[in-house]
Amino acid sequence: MPSLAAKKSTRTPARSGRPAPELIFGDLWEFDPAPETADPKLKSRYDLFIDGQFVAPKSGRYFDTINPANERKLAEIALAGRDDVDAAYQAAQRAFDTTWGRMPGRERAKYIFRIARLLQDRAREFAVAETLDGGKPIKESRDFDVPMTAAHFFYHAGWADKLEYVAPGHRVAPLGVVGQVIPWNFPLLMLAWKIAPALAMGNTVVLKPAETTSITALKLAEILQDAELPPGVVNFVSGAGETGAAVMSHPTPVKIAFTGSTEVGKIIMRSLAGTEKKMTMELGGKAANVVFDDAPIDQAVEGIVNGIFFNQGHVCCAGSRLLVHEPIADLVLAKLKNRLKVLRVGDPMDKNTDIGAINSKPQLQKIQELVESGVKDGAEMFQPACRLPSKGYYFRPTIFSGVTMSHRIAREEIFGPVLSMLTFRTVDEAIEKANNTAYGLSAGVWTDKGSRILKMSTELKAGVVWANTYNKFDPTSPFGGYKESGFGREGGRQGLLDYAKLI
Amino acid sequence: MVAKSPAIAFRRLFDEVGTVDQIGVEERVAKFTTRSIKKASKIWGLKKAVSMVDLTTLEGKDTPGKVASLCQKALQPHDDPGIPTVAAVCVYPSMVRHARKHVADSAVKVASVATAFPSGQAPLKTRLGEVRAAVQDGADEIDMVINRGAFLAGDFSRVEDEIAAVVEACGVAALKVILEVSELETFDNIRAASFVAMGVLREGDFIKTSTGKTSLNATLGNNQVMLEAIRDFYLDTGIAIGMKPAGGIRTAKQALQFLIAVKETLGDAWLTNERYRFGASSLLNDLLRQLEKEKSGSYQAPYYFSEAAESY
Repeated sequence: MPSLAAKKSTRTPARSGRPAPELIFGDLWEFDPAPETADPKLKSRYDLFIDGQFVAPKSGRYFDTINPANERKLAEIALAGRDDVDAAYQAAQRAFDTTWGRMPGRERAKYIFRIARLLQDRAREFAVAETLDGGKPIKESRDFDVPMTAAHFFYHAGWADKLEYVAPGHRVAPLGVVGQVIPWNFPLLMLAWKIAPALAMGNTVVLKPAETTSITALKLAEILQDAELPPGVVNFVSGAGETGAAVMSHPTPVKIAFTGSTEVGKIIMRSLAGTEKKMTMELGGKAANVVFDDAPIDQAVEGIVNGIFFNQGHVCCAGSRLLVHEPIADLVLAKLKNRLKVLRVGDPMDKNTDIGAINSKPQLQKIQELVESGVKDGAEMFQPACRLPSKGYYFRPTIFSGVTMSHRIAREEIFGPVLSMLTFRTVDEAIEKANNTAYGLSAGVWTDKGSRILKMSTELKAGVVWANTYNKFDPTSPFGGYKESGFGREGGRQGLLDYAKLI
Repeated sequence: MVAKSPAIAFRRLFDEVGTVDQIGVEERVAKFTTRSIKKASKIWGLKKAVSMVDLTTLEGKDTPGKVASLCQKALQPHDDPGIPTVAAVCVYPSMVRHARKHVADSAVKVASVATAFPSGQAPLKTRLGEVRAAVQDGADEIDMVINRGAFLAGDFSRVEDEIAAVVEACGVAALKVILEVSELETFDNIRAASFVAMGVLREGDFIKTSTGKTSLNATLGNNQVMLEAIRDFYLDTGIAIGMKPAGGIRTAKQALQFLIAVKETLGDAWLTNERYRFGASSLLNDLLRQLEKEKSGSYQAPYYFSEAAESY
């Protein structure tokens, strides 16, 4: 490739004898704090939402939910036991048999549409609550999580009266009652991904939010009440692993939908083996973000940053493995370092914060443990010198270079702001390395060459392949994995069909 | 023979300096617009922006009187003594000596557009003569336009040679090279043209977006492409080139967003009027209005500021 040689020769190092020119990202113009001040309207205690009512757990037990940004308690959340889960499923079955399952799609659409509108009306309040409970920067919950959640409800409201067209040649019917368990990284959005298609198709739902981020689900229950959704159509049972197991193993649901770690997904699949329950699993990932030498490099760097540091890297489709074409590896690394120096880490409620708090202490410890392994295995670590708040769970954005395929940080999902950089020489090597993982949720390709994008998107074993961009979502676009990243799709026509019986 | 083919010239140049993805640039600059600048940091930014303004009048109807009042505004933007003077006044060559007389030996520089601004469509000899005349009349800085026709035809050496000739004609005066981004159209071209220009510029010279005489002027997008070109050129060669977005920046809010782009792309060393300028006229009074608002807590009518004709 003559272009590579040309590129290398233009990158002449600065004249010897003089120090290499450097950019200064100092404190000449420090930004003052810009806190978001909207009232999240939190209650001090949240009960379970069963049969259209907030009810206390039968056990009377509650657990604390804290703000990971300062470790302060935000509220008490009801702990659902087996009896509560059972009550929720009974309500869901009743609602399916008497109201929701029989309602014409055009009527269901009105309720779903109303949920979307009511959420938009209270967007700021929900964004603040999401940030307080989960630690993500307010600009992300404000500009991404909440609008995207509303978009999913709008999109599926649009489908509800057009279901006769969703599977040409077939009629469709709802499955019945479904049990759903969602993770803590996008509490509201994951809830919408689960609930909206289920409701549009006419199913009823028992859903367990993640134990560290239950607040916005239970706040959404207020919206469901305001929307006058018939009782029992959606039920929320909060709690930790045991509650989740009760939701999954209950005999009532005909379908189980789970988003979370591959480890837990496997446990669920084992426990459901031999039953007639349908399943969709959206599990972990270790996505390859592949950058070729002809890519627009500054925009690729921006995409790499967006791919791994969005939501503190708590993204199952995060571009955590960076595969760079060898001739431009040094250049990309240098540009990444400069870009990291201007990322603002700190208080998630500050409108200028780019990287907020790690969701929980156990997650922070897991990230620390894996980063230590990277250092021990001999990879070279870079972290910008940013100040971190003294209280709360924070982790500096981190890049490892000189990573090889056998390093733990190249194989295990870190689920934090940690990027592992590897290099490749040829297209085939890039594909081989990208596919050399148990996961297959997403991938990215950066190149100026259209034919290469098409080849890569065919060869990469990943549910989503982004070309010259990363972490882009849309309700119309199906999302889901290959291999141990799960099966089934969410979003689009395909996602809807996972909640339908074809007749 | 082959090497002289314009198509090959373009490919070689793009290959050398790299290409730009438009959607990616627009996504990057959208992040600058979500930054929230408050209190002391806002005042710092607004004052910095005032000090970076090249206060401009480029009209056929300009007179020595108009230039005199522009100069007075440049020297004393507002009653508040805490507000700095602007960086320069920018006028046509025939007005340079009038401007020189008024700003005298203050910190405000005299900049003159030259080289058959805005089209550049005059013989090179005429253009160079115009530059020399402006410098002789007392211009500290020359704003030239590049030969867009030659650039688009792939004749980069001609573009380069002409800039080099203007550099020579400038003598000690600083040079600002206007790319006229709206005529180059693509971000790829803007990046490539930035490199062609920087290759013959001296430390302390500038590249500039536009003349203000065409449909599209400075945007956060083309500003970013040029900032990134300056950054890459600096890291490669150690030569620090300045940047001047011109036209279309009318509000203080816009100016702060442009400054955030500078802070996050080139860093602290470019947050000075020796390396960053705004080519603007109505921007100045909006900056002053925002500064007054920070001080008093309420907005004042435009007619409380000198040289502002608008009213309610």
